[in-house]
Amino acid sequence: MGRLIAALKLCVTQRLARLEVYMATYTPSTPMNQLGRGGSVPVPPNGGGDDGGFSDSGLPNYAARLRRARLGMICAIVTVSMVFVSLTSAYIVRRGLPTFDDSTRTYFRDWGSVQLPWVLLFINTAILLISSLTMEGARRQIARRAALAPVRSIPGVSLGDERGFPWLGVTAVLGFGFLIGQWMAWGELKARGFLVSTNPDSSFVYLLTAAHAVHLTGGIIALLWAGTTSLLHRPVEGRRIVVDVAAWYWHFMAVLWIYVFALLAFAR
Amino acid sequence: MATSATAHAHAGPQGFIRKYIFSLDHKVIGIQYFFLALTAVFVGMFLSLLMRIHLIAPLASLPLVGEIKPETYLSLLTMHGTIMVFFVLTTAPQGGFGNYFLPIQIGAPDMAFPVLNMLSFWTTFVGFVVIIAAFFVQGGAPLHGWTGYPPLSAVQSAGPGEGLGADLWITSIAIFCLASLMGALNFLTTTLDMRAKGMTMMRMPLTVWSWFITAILGLLAFGVLLSAGILLLMDRNLGTSFYVPQIIVNGQIMLHKGGSPLLWQHLFWFFGHPEVYIAILPGMGVTSQILSTFSRKPIFGYKAMVYAMLAIGFFGFMVWGHHMFMSGMSPYSAFAFSLLTMCIGVPSAIKTFNWLGTMYKARIRFQTPMLYAIGFVSLFVSGGLSGPFLAQPVLDIQLHDTYFVVGHFHLIMGVAAIFGMFAATYYWFPKMFGRMMNESWGRIHFFITLIGTYAIFMPMHYLGMAGGTRRYSQYTEVAYLQKLMPIHQFMTYAAIITIAAQFIFVINLFWSMFKGPKASDNPWEATTLEWITATPPPHDNFGGVTPVVHNGPYEYGVPGAARDFVMQTDPPVASSGH
Ligand code: HEM
Ligand SMILES: [Cu+2]
Repeated sequence: MGRLIAALKLCVTQRLARLEVYMATYTPSTPMNQLGRGGSVPVPPNGGGDDGGFSDSGLPNYAARLRRARLGMICAIVTVSMVFVSLTSAYIVRRGLPTFDDSTRTYFRDWGSVQLPWVLLFINTAILLISSLTMEGARRQIARRAALAPVRSIPGVSLGDERGFPWLGVTAVLGFGFLIGQWMAWGELKARGFLVSTNPDSSFVYLLTAAHAVHLTGGIIALLWAGTTSLLHRPVEGRRIVVDVAAWYWHFMAVLWIYVFALLAFAR
Repeated sequence: MATSATAHAHAGPQGFIRKYIFSLDHKVIGIQYFFLALTAVFVGMFLSLLMRIHLIAPLASLPLVGEIKPETYLSLLTMHGTIMVFFVLTTAPQGGFGNYFLPIQIGAPDMAFPVLNMLSFWTTFVGFVVIIAAFFVQGGAPLHGWTGYPPLSAVQSAGPGEGLGADLWITSIAIFCLASLMGALNFLTTTLDMRAKGMTMMRMPLTVWSWFITAILGLLAFGVLLSAGILLLMDRNLGTSFYVPQIIVNGQIMLHKGGSPLLWQHLFWFFGHPEVYIAILPGMGVTSQILSTFSRKPIFGYKAMVYAMLAIGFFGFMVWGHHMFMSGMSPYSAFAFSLLTMCIGVPSAIKTFNWLGTMYKARIRFQTPMLYAIGFVSLFVSGGLSGPFLAQPVLDIQLHDTYFVVGHFHLIMGVAAIFGMFAATYYWFPKMFGRMMNESWGRIHFFITLIGTYAIFMPMHYLGMAGGTRRYSQYTEVAYLQKLMPIHQFMTYAAIITIAAQFIFVINLFWSMFKGPKASDNPWEATTLEWITATPPPHDNFGGVTPVVHNGPYEYGVPGAARDFVMQTDPPVASSGH
């Protein structure tokens, strides 16, 4: 584990170093919010900088923005996790509760009767996992483009065809596909007679899948937004930040779905 | 460098709407939050006035509402609690002052995500509009208290106000959760990523630490409330049975089966206890800041203060069960929750002693902000001491759901947090509005409010021990409660006087905003970064320069220094010995 992290760190620093080389070839109009970038100010003798290593890293503004966006995304992921943690605890508590039957005046267990549309759910899972791969493709593609952008802006330099494989579009389509699949799964459940209020088990199936779908929709909106800005020929750096954090979120959504699916499948 | 920076497009936006309504400037957003909370606190206060009058004159006809029926009383109570907890205690200290001063105190030009910041304010605003709308819909506002216990809150036909009114109530809270989550995300990223050069974590003012820890609590707690609220909405509108057992309401058998009202209590209090710290932590931060500044001494035990706040935040997530001792929980869990609750007393005591240590043998400047900070400590102690009593399951059998609890949490959460806000207002007003508030009126306001709040809330403890139950509309009908009526009367008169005194504050606030004497850049001779910049601060906070920090936040009375205080940006001093 430690070695894995070390390798990852190395990989990231190398990338950033490479980026810095690229960024050095052009001078963006430096906004003042490059905190602690030094240069104009002398380094304080009693150890400036930062114990957390967060500010004053000497990164170019754009890398700082990327890091900031990622930090925000980590917070968002923590929040969404808390939502699902609390839904899980509600699930476990409710699952353990017996129901009182008025006619027989006894308690009985009313849980575990929903028959899930397994095949459909497995297909959906596969779609979402594939979309996670394509999302990674999109993330790498745009990272490369962002890194090359300064080179491209040098007059007379051509790097060949602008367009590559439309990873972003494919991901969005797959995401839609997953949502449609989930919609069909709900239809299937309904056809089998399980509505939201039929029993606690079915309530939770709808609740958890819908909660996941809502969050995934947020991801799709982010992708569409990134796609739109690309049509508007906005600077590639800004788009890269959106795609990058959207990719983190998207992978998280895939993991979350596996978790929800496992919960529904095994904790019955 | 400086010229290129000032020339940069970060200049303020023009036009009224971009500048004051949909502003991206954290300072404007902070002031927006502040005024939203000010509006909310007056609404909440008006509701409490109606309640207090009703309690001593149950049959009187009151302005605006007429005669208050028992169910009206319950909806006043619900709306009072909800508006106060969410739209005042959670909004002003964090959204208001935190927004305005966190970026400045760490030397940043703005929050990390300004657009998100604007969104979170306007989302909060929508939440406020939605909850106020509950008054005006069919059936009126809900009856279930700020804690919203099912089944009352989960069944539409359970009473007037439990229809559309209750749906609006839950929706408003859900909206508020989203807004708070956006805010927390922004606060965390800003604190971690935007600190100026030299502003190490351990050089951050304690205010910044308190906003930071509050944001962590918010990030972890509001998601839980959000999901609990969604389950409640489903129970109410989709016929599910998460919280509702088989039940007969108004002679009608409901279709619900097998749900557990306790599930809501667990989820709610898992949020609810951290929430009480969300309300109080910023007050602790600003109190530390002010006590140090006006005592002209470094804060006693800076690190201990930081670790105590972290410990409070950490334990705050493990004690929610102390609200549920009477719910039939196993005595073993009750014991565990009781023990963990007592643990919170330790960091709380550390903070108290450090505050006292800061003031010990100091040449204190008794100006209004300082008075309010001392008032905060006083209320924190007297409200906090009743906590360990309530934390004993055995004592709680008697005290739960009595006025004792109402006294406890009003002193410590309600009024202490409000004193924190008053302290913050008097302290930062010069920086925010460029003028000083009136000192004499500030003191008069302080003494009436301090004595008034003790007069209102201290007797509640006695009332509770004598068995005075809370959330009852009329105490006149029961013999043993009837005997306690003189206490109620006393509290009502105290409340009327205290509420009247708040107009001194409002008038002082608005009068000083336009007519107060001009403030200098550093009127309190304080050390943190907001006092190095102009008053009020320019759009990018520091006018194109990024400050570099060399010193800790509370360097007062440093031996060998030219003045009795050393700004954080001054050349480094040798350690001041804290
Ligand atoms: C040493 C510290 C504290 C201890 C041991 C403590 C203990 C307790 C206990 C056991 C209860 C439940 C009483 C009952 O319902 O029967 C309670 C209620 C409450 N406490 Fe505290 N508390 C402490 C500090 C605080 C602080 C700092 C705040 C707020 C800033 C606070 C706010 C509240 C509120 C709002 C309630 C009642 C909520 C309601 O039922 O409506 N407490 N406290
Ligand atoms: Cu509590």
